[in-house]
Amino acid sequence: MTVETGIATTELIQLLTPEGERVDHPDYPLDLTTDDIKALYRDLVLVRRIDTEAIALQRQGELGIWASLLGQEAAQIGSGRALNPGDMVFPTYREHGVAWCRGIDPVKLLELYRGVSHGGWAPEEYKFHLYTIVIGAQTLHATGYAMGIQRDGRETDEAVIVYFGDGATSQGDVNEAFVWAPVFNAPIVFFCQNNQWAISEPLEKQSRIPLYQRARGFGFPGLRVDGNDVLACYAVTRKAMQAAREGQGPTLIEAFTYRMGAHTTTDDPTRYRLASELEVWKLKDPIERVRAYLVRNGLAEQEFFAEVDAEAKQVGARVREACRTMPDPPPMALFDHVYAEPTALLTEQREEYAAYLDSFEGEAVR
Amino acid sequence: MTKLTLSRGLNEGLRKALENDPKVLIMGEDVGKLGGVFRVTDGLQKDFGEARVVDTPLAESGIVGTAIGLALRGYRPVCEIQFDGFVFPAYDQIVSQLAKMRYRSRGQVALPVVIRIPYGGGIGAVEHHSESPEALFAHIPGLRVVACADAADAFTMIQQSVSCDDPVIFFEPKRRYWDKAEVEVAGGVADALPFDRARVAVEGTEVTLLAYGSVMRTAVEAAAAAREDGRSIEVVDLRSLSPLDIDTITASVRKTGRCVVAHEAPVFAGLGAEIAAQVTERCFYHLEAPVLRVGGFAIPYPPSRLEDHYLPDLDRILDAVDRSFGY
Repeated sequence: MTVETGIATTELIQLLTPEGERVDHPDYPLDLTTDDIKALYRDLVLVRRIDTEAIALQRQGELGIWASLLGQEAAQIGSGRALNPGDMVFPTYREHGVAWCRGIDPVKLLELYRGVSHGGWAPEEYKFHLYTIVIGAQTLHATGYAMGIQRDGRETDEAVIVYFGDGATSQGDVNEAFVWAPVFNAPIVFFCQNNQWAISEPLEKQSRIPLYQRARGFGFPGLRVDGNDVLACYAVTRKAMQAAREGQGPTLIEAFTYRMGAHTTTDDPTRYRLASELEVWKLKDPIERVRAYLVRNGLAEQEFFAEVDAEAKQVGARVREACRTMPDPPPMALFDHVYAEPTALLTEQREEYAAYLDSFEGEAVR
Repeated sequence: MTKLTLSRGLNEGLRKALENDPKVLIMGEDVGKLGGVFRVTDGLQKDFGEARVVDTPLAESGIVGTAIGLALRGYRPVCEIQFDGFVFPAYDQIVSQLAKMRYRSRGQVALPVVIRIPYGGGIGAVEHHSESPEALFAHIPGLRVVACADAADAFTMIQQSVSCDDPVIFFEPKRRYWDKAEVEVAGGVADALPFDRARVAVEGTEVTLLAYGSVMRTAVEAAAAAREDGRSIEVVDLRSLSPLDIDTITASVRKTGRCVVAHEAPVFAGLGAEIAAQVTERCFYHLEAPVLRVGGFAIPYPPSRLEDHYLPDLDRILDAVDRSFGY
């Protein structure tokens, strides 16, 4: 917790305390109804359930790997629900909650981790780009896309949000995007989920200053929000996206959160961090505080929570079943979509490999 | 027909591309007011505006990375990398993002991005300004890699590259920027040879000499010199390095029975190695001699006072041709 202790609490934008108490912030009035907040609660619970299911599927050998979002649900749902339908999202490989907000079937996400595709959705249809695994590379794509919005004369209607983590802020591409976006006044929000850990490396290995303060040196505003507070994440994202659409250029949002699980299912956090740290963050759980708020203020009955839990169970069962029955692509799909039209070399290799497979008599291998 | 330098041929080709499609953009370092350090984009910003001819921050990964984003938005960016040796900061974006996006998206995303790279030595430059990294790109599935050798091809091939829906790495032979040739500027490119096809530049019967880009002029000169000695060299300009027009190559080698490949890049694991392998696989019974390679030594690019020893010149090419007759 060395990172957090150096920071004055006033720097952290918060609208809902870990205990579920609503607090006002002068710059971020909240325009959400009780039904809206209940819908956010449902999102949080469902994406956590999908995540839990995916981890289990990996343990059962159905997925090759999974990158858990546990602990980061509020950052993702809050920011994801703050977007307009026309806004474009550039995710990392952990933005399952944002994908959910964009209407992408969670089963599509599993395709990547099961190894049947590199990402099966049409980015423009969902306004959600493919997952990017090379750390930080997508920040430049997002910046270029935002420059395209400007050239289309659509900058008052559309903006871009790009997700990345604390480790990514050390990458050259992210720093180049930080140079680029303000130079061109691009309509973009840089949404950094600082989950404190880049696999085994704590934030001290990435930065001597709080990450949101980096923005100032590049010439645009940065702020830090309680990343476990779905209401605050919603409010700051909504405002930053609106600023981008109003021609005010980029904003860096540092969502201060915590990766409660392992980096991926292949990781073992017990080798590099103390269990007590996790215990502290469990008290700041992004879902519990919304539940506490709804209960404490009499805004939701037990029936509501039971319904959400039942729905989570259903979604989990559907994802599980869809994953287990997901077919492998046919081998000849190997050769598809390398170029707009297959080259002579690819056609030759495809034919040769098909003939090779066909040489195994009696075995239908393709 | 107009007589133009290669650099002017590119300029006119880019101008046509900008005129024909409002989605075409040019971006890079110093491409605007200055017109590029080799003046390839001279006057384009003045005529098409700063939104379409974009002076970028000095960051190559940023140039390619944002070009990818613009392409995702429906634009057709033409990026200039100022010199061959400066492309490597962008190599990750090119290899991991640009080349793979169509495949990763199962054909749902196309990235029609052109990356222009002035390449090769022979201009007495300091280090990192004379390299030939084409094999590093030809090895990457998903990229098209081409090299123009004269003003006419510069004019047509850059337009064909811009209208191609695949990413194209476009190598420009910088020591030939000032070479002049006749160019049909008024015409379109519809009837031009497709940019993924090789061209027989000099017909011959006894040995096939394969070259591209900056070495092409040397190769043609070598063929002329050999002719005086009674030896007939067929020179093939590869033009496209990936995909290779293997049919044109093998047709020539089957006719001549001998093959020499020349390029500036180090011969070890260079384009010549792939060509030698494919020619051997496909023309084995037609070959009178092994496929020979002439090119850079297995060294970093040398200081410019030594580059004449490093670059495959007319005599080294003819020496290789002679050797192929020694079998």
